[in-house]
Amino acid sequence: MNSLDLLTAITVFVLSVLVGIEVISKVPATLHTPLMSGSNSVHGIVVIGAMLIAAGSHTWLGYVLAFVAMVFGAMNVVGGYVVTDRMLEMFKARPTAGNRDKATAGTPDKEV
Amino acid sequence: MDTVSNAVHYVFLAAAACFVIGLHLMNHPRTARRGNTLSAGAMAVAIGATVWLVVHENRITGTGWLVLVSGGLVGAALGLWAARGVKMTAMPQLVSIFNAVGGGAAVVIAVNDLLQADHPAALGARVSLPGALSIVIGTVTFSGSLVAAGKLQGLVSGSPVVFPGARLLNVLLPASFVIGTVWLVLAPDSSTALYGLVVVALLFGVTMVLPIGGADMPVVIALLNAFTGSAVAMAGFVLDETALIIAGMLVSSSGGILTKLMADAMNRSITNIVIGGFGTGDGAPAAVGAGGAPAQVRAISVDDVAIQLAYARKVIFVPGYGLAAAQAQHELGDLAKLLTEHGIEVSYAVHPVAGRMPGHMNVLLAEADVPYTQLKEMDEVNPEFPQADVALVIGANDVTNPIARRPGNAISGMPILDVDKARSVVVIKRSMGHGYAGVDNELYTDPKTGMFFTDAKKGLTELKAAVGEFVG
Repeated sequence: MNSLDLLTAITVFVLSVLVGIEVISKVPATLHTPLMSGSNSVHGIVVIGAMLIAAGSHTWLGYVLAFVAMVFGAMNVVGGYVVTDRMLEMFKARPTAGNRDKATAGTPDKEV
Repeated sequence: MDTVSNAVHYVFLAAAACFVIGLHLMNHPRTARRGNTLSAGAMAVAIGATVWLVVHENRITGTGWLVLVSGGLVGAALGLWAARGVKMTAMPQLVSIFNAVGGGAAVVIAVNDLLQADHPAALGARVSLPGALSIVIGTVTFSGSLVAAGKLQGLVSGSPVVFPGARLLNVLLPASFVIGTVWLVLAPDSSTALYGLVVVALLFGVTMVLPIGGADMPVVIALLNAFTGSAVAMAGFVLDETALIIAGMLVSSSGGILTKLMADAMNRSITNIVIGGFGTGDGAPAAVGAGGAPAQVRAISVDDVAIQLAYARKVIFVPGYGLAAAQAQHELGDLAKLLTEHGIEVSYAVHPVAGRMPGHMNVLLAEADVPYTQLKEMDEVNPEFPQADVALVIGANDVTNPIARRPGNAISGMPILDVDKARSVVVIKRSMGHGYAGVDNELYTDPKTGMFFTDAKKGLTELKAAVGEFVG
């Protein structure tokens, strides 16, 4: 731990913000929802932190915290990517018969 | 750092690069799905590398493995279940929940770090400051996102909840918040400061979101998304993991940009929205009874609308959240398909705040099999209205109101869709009710506007049948 010096960490921080602004501002409004759920799954990287604390825990409190962090992080990663893919799959350049079927199949209780 | 640890960090760096490329590919619907797959693949590799690191370091206990694997499986199962089953109309709630858990995980990591340190008192500000920030931001996001999800789901009142003393509380909480943070930074070993700060931050998250109305939800969700990203980045500072800093700040800038775009689209400042105001009740439309149209508007029948559509060359649909609320996007998609098949040019004018989160309406329409080439952003579609023979407004209100161009009213300065510039306008609406802003819509009283008073779903089905007769 503490192998990373503060200046390097802050450099990474600042550059990430700039790269983020540059990349994100090119995303069209049409895709803002998938962008949001997709970037949501990117911050699911926090699951790595959860794994590291699970690896370092030796007390009951540590285990409980690690478990909670694992559940939250894994839910964020898996759910985020799956739902983003589900949405992006629906964006088609022209209508297709299969698309409609899939969309309806994904939401069986839609029209009641 | 030994070789394995070094290698794993190179993998993390590569993963972070893939996240950026993945987000970059999101700049077009054609490549977006590939981008998401790339990002997901990179995440899987990063997680795999972490497992390798954990095995290699060999510090983990048996219980540790059990916690890691079972927690991961439970979380993955919950995430998969939620992502598979969610209705597209409920997407904002799901994104809020994911915001909540992401923020929550960052908090737990920071709390753990402060509690597990061998000599917490000796922790410098290098760890305690990002630790405290991660706890503060993450906890506010956690409770705030849950309240937002509750509001969107209708479990918590969608209208601004204001209770006596709310304003006072909104002054006291931030104050205790700042004091708590400073205290924790200075005394990272104080469990009183730690738990106190968590409680205050939880309350603050709740009181921050409760007074915000339904129409402002797109801004709130985007803002909370930005918060989660920052919380994760702070957790990265605590754990010395650059991957978390990069990923967290990417998300944070994304959330920040979307917050700004949404606030601009409503012509409101972010502070203004967070502090509350604006009669933004979800369940309280100032509705006059159905059919009770005041004399100055022109009510038209389904056949009138069908004739207009059938003989048009260019039609622009203007969908609003009312369309989604009525679950009528499929009916609209079907009508559009019928028109397209008969050589009529169809496009959809999507206002940035149509729906309950940024871009929401586009997803709802894509689900209804609308090709993305027909989905037009406000700046793109506004010059096209003068060429449109018919503009059909379904469930949109304030974003079409021409009075926004004049000063001195509730929506002055808000960017709107230039629906009134179309040659002819048809509004499908149940009654003469007001939009969120509670102002009369001048579009409805425009002589070239016909009001088709009906339920969106029923009206669009009838309309499709009627158009079918004329063109068939």
